[in-house]
Amino acid sequence: MSQVITEPQGVRTNILSLRGVSKNFGAVAALTDIHLDVAAGEVVAIVGDNGAGKSTLVKILSGVHLPDAGTITFEDKDVTIPDPTSALDLGIATVFQDLALCDNLNVIDNLFLGRELRPHRLDEVAMETRSWELLRQLSAKIPSVRVPIASLSGGQRQTVAIARSLLGNPKVIILDEPTAALGVAQTAEVLNLVERLRERGLGVIMISHNMADVQAVADRVVVLRLGRNNGEFNVGEVTPEEMIAAITGATDNAVTRRTANIDLRARAELSGDPALNSAASDSASQGSATNEGTRS
Amino acid sequence: MTSTIPAVTPKPTRPSDLQDERLLNRSGVRGVIAGFIDRVRSGDLGVLPVVIGLVVIWTVMQLLNRGFLSAANLVNLLMESSATGIIALGIVGVLLVAQIDLSVGSVSGLSSAILGILFVTSGVNVWIAVILAMLTGTLIGFVYGQIFNRLGVPSFVITLAGLLSFLGLQLFVLKGQGTINLPFDSPLVWFAQLAFVPAWLSYVFVLLAAGTFFAVGFAKARSRKAAGLSTAPLQLIGIQSVTLAVGLGIVTWYLNVARGIGWMFMLFVALVLVMHYMLTRTKWGRSVYAVGGNVEAARRAGINVRWVYTSVFMACSTLAAVGGILAASRLAAVSQSSGGGDVNLNAIAAAVIGGTSLFGGRGTAFAALLGIIVIMSISSGLTLLNLDSSFRFMVTGLVLLLAVALDSVSRRSRTSHGRA
Ligand SMILES: Nc1ncnc2c1ncn2[C@@H]1O[C@H](COP(=O)(O)OP(=O)(O)O)[C@@H](O)[C@H]1O
Ligand SMILES: [Mg+2]
Repeated sequence: MSQVITEPQGVRTNILSLRGVSKNFGAVAALTDIHLDVAAGEVVAIVGDNGAGKSTLVKILSGVHLPDAGTITFEDKDVTIPDPTSALDLGIATVFQDLALCDNLNVIDNLFLGRELRPHRLDEVAMETRSWELLRQLSAKIPSVRVPIASLSGGQRQTVAIARSLLGNPKVIILDEPTAALGVAQTAEVLNLVERLRERGLGVIMISHNMADVQAVADRVVVLRLGRNNGEFNVGEVTPEEMIAAITGATDNAVTRRTANIDLRARAELSGDPALNSAASDSASQGSATNEGTRS
Repeated sequence: MTSTIPAVTPKPTRPSDLQDERLLNRSGVRGVIAGFIDRVRSGDLGVLPVVIGLVVIWTVMQLLNRGFLSAANLVNLLMESSATGIIALGIVGVLLVAQIDLSVGSVSGLSSAILGILFVTSGVNVWIAVILAMLTGTLIGFVYGQIFNRLGVPSFVITLAGLLSFLGLQLFVLKGQGTINLPFDSPLVWFAQLAFVPAWLSYVFVLLAAGTFFAVGFAKARSRKAAGLSTAPLQLIGIQSVTLAVGLGIVTWYLNVARGIGWMFMLFVALVLVMHYMLTRTKWGRSVYAVGGNVEAARRAGINVRWVYTSVFMACSTLAAVGGILAASRLAAVSQSSGGGDVNLNAIAAAVIGGTSLFGGRGTAFAALLGIIVIMSISSGLTLLNLDSSFRFMVTGLVLLLAVALDSVSRRSRTSHGRA
């Protein structure tokens, strides 16, 4: 496996660094000796098959799980993230794959959950105004912010969850499969949003199954496989099939690349997974040399 | 769903929260009513069932016994409701975080025993005795919270253990004492038996309530308008305030035909209003609903979930202790059977009958008020019919079952209407 590890262009300082992070669940080694760097103004995509440990990594960074080993450095200081509050206090905001919203509360309540304005006499007007501002910034199509979250569609919930993570002015934002449940227009919105976050100088960690999305917005791609680092690429220098090879663990040559494609297409047809399907057809139609789909 | 209103004359000044084109253009008083009907249809019943239930029970009881709706009986009913109602208020909080406290009866009994021993037997100052009895409740709630948070024992087991232990402690504290009588000239007995709001003051309270309702609604409308948000129509706030004033006024006038409104009941109402404020207008209240709706989401939002549980258990046990003190004061006696019998079940049943969901995250402070009035109405009506407690238990049990069934059915309806 030829690993193309390149330092990010320029001498950007890492805002967040992981070294040798491991996490076991009983007998399952979910993560082993993981390293990861994120710089301010950089979008790092984490890709990997189901069960590769992506969500576990997210949960370690957001204070849901404690790592069993390894160090986390945030803004040049060694930190521990024992609980979600410490993550938020540090400036690490997370949009979880399961969104972590309260179905019985309305949109405003969910957006401001845990950091309501004026704790002893809630400033509902200010919270509602701010909610609309945020949602309009994200071009969210939500008819009313006073309805319970349970009555919103998947995409609308996703938007609420993303809006919530932006509320505390974080320095690093983690998106766990942010576009998986979204329609075409909303996916584009989220990707635009990710680019805007980068322009604002935030570090963004985006987990995705969708190679097109990754190539569209990410600067670097970190591949996880079976709980270990399995390659790290600059997006401009990698083809989808190289990424897929790293994800699936196939050796990187033309023949196995082709079988990987056929394999993928067969799996996609079996599972009906559009991400795999598009990844497979992307690489098939583009051949192996082009770098289409990189950010312009 | 009513028909979509065609986009006639797009008003440029639509409030910023009503700009989505899919929103039905409902405005004014009729819009509010239509919204209410929609909510009920989709399973968001609120206090509607208990209000209907109350009307049915009162009609039936009045038909069976002419004396039921007499002013004197209603005055008495409210006095009888207060102590257990205050206990039920604590239960509402615990149910909102999807937990349960089965020990409120024992805790109320223990607190009344401590009061009796300190105040009567040992001659401690009455207010110090009251405060110590209340603090006993607070401490018990704190211990429950710690056991729940640190050991993860289900709350029904912890509080079942508490039910037995504190009953035992109450018997131990009162050992060899038989019944302790609270002196009739003590402020406690006066408060629970003889203190009634003077007629003129009761009308002042009515005006104050309606006035506050209007002022709050008006201020809210004004600040929302200033922020460019939609507002409830002023005429609606006006109509509601006048209705409130007239309704409360009639009730007050009728109760004043007899002895009027007891201060003890006023205390209960005041506690309900405080709890309502805490639940709806503070960060703590939001956390309570969030923990009841989705603990994991609450935890990840940085809410101190452990403190939410502990504070709710502490509030519940403290209110149980207050209820115990008031019940003892009303009887002017403390005995080994204080807090026993049906206190426990009535308090829990009241919270549920009032519309607090057993599944957590849904209910209001007013559930305690409405629920306990339902239970005490049944009890009072059947007593007037000279039926003994066997009937009371059976009827209350059926009403409780009905309330829980309604909770489950409306939850299912909410799920299918996406309002779970
Ligand atoms: N709370 C948990 N308890 C036990 N095993 C877990 C837990 N969370 C994740 N795992 C295991 O860790 C591995 C990685 O899971 P996950 O991080 O969710 O993968 P991904 O998000 O990449 O699909 C899987 O084998 C999963 O079964
Ligand atoms: Mg995952």
